[in-house]
Formats: sequence, C-alpha cells, structure tokens
Amino acid sequence: MSDTLGTDTAPGRQSQGTTRVGDAAQAGSPTPPRAAARRRGRARMRFEIALLSGPAILMFTAFVIFPVALAAYYGFYRWQGYGPATDWVGLNNYRLIFTDPAFQQVLKHNLLIAVLSLVIQGPLAIGLALLLNRKMRGRAVIRVLIFVPYVISEVIVGTGWSLMLQVNGAVNDVLAHLGLGSLQSDWLADPKLAIWTLMAIISWKYIGFAVILMLAGLQSIPDEVFEAAAIDGASFWQMQRRITLPLLGPTIRIWGFLSIIGSLQLFDLVYIIWGQYISGTAGTSTMAIYMVSQGRDAGNYGYGNAVAVVMFLISLIVALIYQRLILRRDLRGAVTEGAS
Amino acid sequence: MSATTAEPWSPGARRKARGGGRRRRENPFVYFIALVFIAVCIAPVLYIVIGGFRTNSQITSSPAGLPHPWVVANYTGILTSVTFWGELANSAVVAFASTLGIVVLGLMVSFVIARYDFKFKGAMYSLFAAGLMFPLVIAITPLYIVIKDLGLVDNLGGVIIPQIGFGLPTTVIILVPFLRAIPKEIEEAAAIDGTSRLGFFFRMVVPLSLPGVVTVGILAFIGSWNNYVLPLYVLNSQANFTLPLGVQAFSSQYSQDTAKVLAFTSLAMLPALVFFSVFQKRIVGGLTGAVKG
Repeated sequence: MSDTLGTDTAPGRQSQGTTRVGDAAQAGSPTPPRAAARRRGRARMRFEIALLSGPAILMFTAFVIFPVALAAYYGFYRWQGYGPATDWVGLNNYRLIFTDPAFQQVLKHNLLIAVLSLVIQGPLAIGLALLLNRKMRGRAVIRVLIFVPYVISEVIVGTGWSLMLQVNGAVNDVLAHLGLGSLQSDWLADPKLAIWTLMAIISWKYIGFAVILMLAGLQSIPDEVFEAAAIDGASFWQMQRRITLPLLGPTIRIWGFLSIIGSLQLFDLVYIIWGQYISGTAGTSTMAIYMVSQGRDAGNYGYGNAVAVVMFLISLIVALIYQRLILRRDLRGAVTEGAS
Repeated sequence: MSATTAEPWSPGARRKARGGGRRRRENPFVYFIALVFIAVCIAPVLYIVIGGFRTNSQITSSPAGLPHPWVVANYTGILTSVTFWGELANSAVVAFASTLGIVVLGLMVSFVIARYDFKFKGAMYSLFAAGLMFPLVIAITPLYIVIKDLGLVDNLGGVIIPQIGFGLPTTVIILVPFLRAIPKEIEEAAAIDGTSRLGFFFRMVVPLSLPGVVTVGILAFIGSWNNYVLPLYVLNSQANFTLPLGVQAFSSQYSQDTAKVLAFTSLAMLPALVFFSVFQKRIVGGLTGAVKG
C-alpha cells in the first residue's frame, strides 16, 4: 500500500519512470538533425505537459490550496463574511482559540477519538483480515457485506443510529428482551457514555474499510514465503507473527495514517447525531463542530477561519510526527505487537 | 487479479502451507466469527429497511420488533413525492458530473506524472499527495467564501467544482502507479509506428488503465453521493438539496414520524448500495492491484 499512498516511496519510482520516458523519446527520434529536433520535441513536450496537467492543477490550486491560504489571511481579521475584511486583530483570534476551555475540550475529544480508533479498530481489523484471508465459501459475499457500513453515507448512519439509540429505541428494547434490562441507558445524552457510543458507531462504520485494506495487503504477500516457513516447521501462529504482521506493516501504517487524519477531521457523524449544541453537553464535540458553530453559525467568519488554520496545523504536525515515528519503527519490523 | 494470487496452489498444498493441518478444525470457528461480524455490520441497516415497513404505533410499542403486519404506505408515500425524486436527481447530477471531472482531469495529470520527464514532476506529485491530508472539512469555511465570490451559492455547480478539486489527490495517487506499470515496450512500439505521445495517451493509456479508472470512478461517485458538509454549506433551498441534506431535512420535519424517516433513509441509501454491489469486485481488485504497483 505504501507504494500507492505513501509519499516516501515516490522519488525512487519516479527516477524509474524518468529513464523509461527518456529511452522512449530517444528510440522514437530519428538521427540526423538532432539538436533542432530535440528542441522542437522539448517545446512540444512542454505544451503537452501544460495541456494535460493544467486543468487538474488549476482546479486543485483554486479550490483546495487557495482556500487554505485564504483561511490564513482571514484568520487575522474580525470579519462577518461579507465585504472586505478591515478589522485587523492580529493574533487575537488565535489567542482566543487556545485560551478557550471549550476548544481545549474539543481538542481532547479529537485526540481521544484518534487514539481509540487505532486501538479498537486496528487489532480487530488485522485479526478479522487474517481470519478471512483464506479460501472459504462465500468469501466474496462476506467482503461485500463488511463494506456496507462504509458505503452508506454518514447522514444515514447518523440518522439510523440516533433513532436506534434513543431511550425508548431499538437498542434498549433488544437489551430488555435479552434480559439485560439493567444495561439500558441514555446512550446519546449521558456525558459519561456518549463518547463511547460515538466510538462504537465510528468503529462500526469504518472497520470494514480497514479490513478490506488489510485483506488487499495480505493478498500481496507471496505464498512462497509461507511454504518456505512451513518447510522449516513454523506453526500457523508463528507464521502470522513473524511473517504476516511484519509484511503487512506498510498497509497497517497507511491505514493508521488515514484513520488519524479522519479522526482529527471528524464532523458529519457528530453533527448529525448530536447537533452542535447537544454535542457540547454530551461531550462528543470535535474541532470541526467547534469551527462551524463558532464561525459560520455565529457569523464570525474570521474566527472560523482561524480555527480552520489551527486544525490544519494540528493535522500537519500529527502527520509529520507520525511519519517520522512510524518510519523509524518500520525499519525494525512490524508496527503493532512488537512482532517479537 | 485477486483470483490469481488467491489460489496459486492446489487446495492441499495451500492447507499445508498456511494452516499445517489445523485448518479443518478451525473452519467452523472461522465461519462463526465471520457470521457474527457480518451480523453486526448488517443488523442496523436491516433495522432501517425493515423499520420502514412498520407503523409508528408498532415502533413505539416494540422498537426492535418485526413488522406486523407489513405496511408499504411509508415507502409508497415517499416514492410518489416530488421531493424525494428531485433530491435523487440532484444527487445523481452532482455525482456523475464530479466523477466525470475527477476521472478525466485525474487521468490526464496522472499520465503526465507517470510518463513524462520534467523538472517539477516530483513537486507535482507531492502537491497532490499532500492534498490527502486535508479533506474538505478543514477548508470548508474559506471554500464557502470562494464559492460565494464565484456566485455559485445554492447552485449545484458550487458542489461539483470543489468536489472535483478535492477528489484529485486520491485519484492521482491510485492512478500514477497504474500508469507507470504500462510496459514501456508498448509506448516504444507506438512511437515507432509514428504515434505521438498524445496519441499514445488516447489510444493506449485510456483503454489500458480502465481497471484503475473504474476503481477511482467508483470511489469518487460514492464520495460525492455521501458528501454532506459541502452541500450543507452551499445549498440553501430545498429544491437544490442532495439526498444527504434531504434525509436530514426530512428527519427533522417528520421527527415524530419515525417509520417515515426510516423509509426515506433506506430509499436514500439504496442507490449507493446498488452501485457498490455491482462494482464491488473492482474496488477490492483495484486496491489489490494498486498495492502490487
């Protein structure tokens, strides 16, 4: 997976591509008026590059890069969202963000969600992938079904779960029928429980994606490795621990990265299930919720933009730290379990 | 692709290699775990679909029960309403336009990164790779300002165009290895036959990269179909709502009518589910192909 998603392997692969393209160009050009032809070829190549990459770069810059830059600009103003921004407040928005206890609270929630997502989904997904990575009847059907929660939109997941988790909803009803009536709770509003309810819903929604990624990673491990290990007398569990997990390392690393970034940006599910106001009292509010409620909904776009910048920087820092730490660990072997 | 890697050995050899004879004993256990896992994944979805066939009094008296009798009025009511079909049409327009834009632009720029040799190639790749780190939510506030300045508020274009921009990183990162894997002999042969690089792109690359393109297209389609935060910001009037906004509006409008909400919700998720199950082989296969580079 690292070959596709990781940036770390890019340079090596690019140099491969370089030689290839160069070879092809030379093979294609006839010998005599070399310099002129090459110059013409180069101009033509530039034109082609511009033609093919221009539209994508334009779209990407205008609607992804530019807004982020714009956020950095408006973050220095008190601004209502219309007209030119004139009320320069310097770093005041940022000072307010970092001294606001509400922001510290939502930041804590985000970090907790990120850690819990890794801890809950990671081992579960690896275990399930190891279990399902064998020839068995109905494997194709199983793979479709475990992907279903991931394919359904957050809005539908949120609407469905919030109906089921109401005090007089289906979950409590099932508990009563199972004779577990004492476990009935107010899953959504109880501040002690709500964050765990959220974690359960997140795990339910996203674990299918993790399992499918792990399965794809497992399929890329050549069977010869296992045969050699079997000849050496390795047991099933030895093979999993010493071969499968280390070789699955890159996949696990990429999944962890995507999971952390996703956790830091979490918005849809919380907004739909709890709404911006209840999420505050239930203790499930996230940075993105804070951004929307303090920025757009409060009519304070300057402040909202500053929150966006803070989220951006936190994501960036976490991403860089993650790449550093995990890259170094990767050199030693498996990512989780220590693999020894 | 998955089929060839999954069974290179006869079943006997494989059993010996992986399970060392334990496999036979483990099998029922494996099936049991798989069944439990699937039940957990599917039960809430089934609850939504089946709940739509009940009445509110049924749901109140026994929230987790089965329909008795089955009622189709909720579903027929929604299927005959203009709102649902309008929102479905909006979602479809947005999803198809975004997918088309993402695939076309993404394939073009991936081809440049994968097969051309120039100075800023690495920078270009890193630019898109960095985009992975910043999903829509983070840029939504300033993005809304850009959309407003372009006069695209409450316009489907205001959803489509940014979605294309935000869909490009994943596309580039999946397609570049795919395009690199096309053997250079094919390109050389095309060059000897007098085909230009652009001709090579249209005649060879586009058909050869079809599996990757389909994977990317499905991901883009589902992403657009499920997108919530961008339509939430951009679209104001009910006539322009996409289905996620529609579901939310419907569930607050009929907050006392749980059965109707469940029916609306299950109808709204149906298209994405159908689309996914038709093309699911491509998603899993495409991810596997991408892993192998």
